[in-house]
Amino acid sequence: MWLQCLSAATFALATLGAGAQATSASALLHHKAPAFSHRALSGDTVSLDAYKGKVILLNFWATWCGPCRVELPRFAQWQRELGAKGFQAVAVSMDDSPAPVRAALKRKPLPFPVLMGDAKLAESYGGVLGLPVTFLIARDGTIWHRFEGETNLDAMHAAILALLAQPPHAKR
Amino acid sequence: MRTHSKLKIVFAVLPVLLLGLSIAAQSSAQAFSASADPGSALSIPLASQVTPEQLQHMLSGSVTAQPLVLQVGSHLMFEQSHIPYATYAGPGSTPDGLEALTLAVAPIPKSKLIVLYCGCCPWNHCPNIAPAYRRMLQLGFTNVKVLYIANNFGEDWVAKGYPTQTAK
Repeated sequence: MWLQCLSAATFALATLGAGAQATSASALLHHKAPAFSHRALSGDTVSLDAYKGKVILLNFWATWCGPCRVELPRFAQWQRELGAKGFQAVAVSMDDSPAPVRAALKRKPLPFPVLMGDAKLAESYGGVLGLPVTFLIARDGTIWHRFEGETNLDAMHAAILALLAQPPHAKR
Repeated sequence: MRTHSKLKIVFAVLPVLLLGLSIAAQSSAQAFSASADPGSALSIPLASQVTPEQLQHMLSGSVTAQPLVLQVGSHLMFEQSHIPYATYAGPGSTPDGLEALTLAVAPIPKSKLIVLYCGCCPWNHCPNIAPAYRRMLQLGFTNVKVLYIANNFGEDWVAKGYPTQTAK
């Protein structure tokens, strides 16, 4: 009997912490994007601050994620088309090891940095507990949009164009 | 009297009709499952699926009735957040992951209630859950359930307030 009570109590305690990640993910909107500096698979160090003044698409993905594989070619296309206008995509792989990512990039190279994510980076962005997740960051470093799961890419493209049209210190 | 007889016939036939309808519905669900790609979560029979609400209910019960919960997806996601007392058992989409799952369940009795979950991506795109489920059946486990996660673990478990633990 006491074992049953203990089990129920422990489970209830665990419940108290639930939902914190979901809250922090939505709380990031309209706040400064968390800074990070990671080594990309190319060997270069990628620092978010280095892209200040650009509209950044920060995408969390994985090689085993079907919807991610649909999105990446579109992001590559946008990088080629909009790069000169101040657009910069950065992809963070949530694969557990770099080997499948390197193999995927060998088959289909991407025209933007790809780095390996970790739990710390994911948690700083509110937790990445499903893929894909994409953040759009305005020229002033503020997060304006968060897309999760299978997304309407035309809507995302329109949001990017709107951010590119904004002056650097535009207020929402 | 005649009306009474008719009613008797209706009451006699009705259960048979309902049973027939139920069997037809089940066969249809099984047929749908059988026709889906065996690597797809859509191939997992409905009877083997549990909802987040049902799993939470199971986990809140007595210790002896609690299932063994295995996460068969991304370790990075498990590290960030997982169902309390769940064990990481390797991604079902890779041979190494299936080998890790086989090792993880080796000491477990074949009749033990086991719930597998992933939640890496939308159910119809999950590459891990169906191969892991099939491996469990191949190993002879007779009481395997799969947590139905429609979109992802964050949206369908964490954001709904169900309990979580981190790997720290």
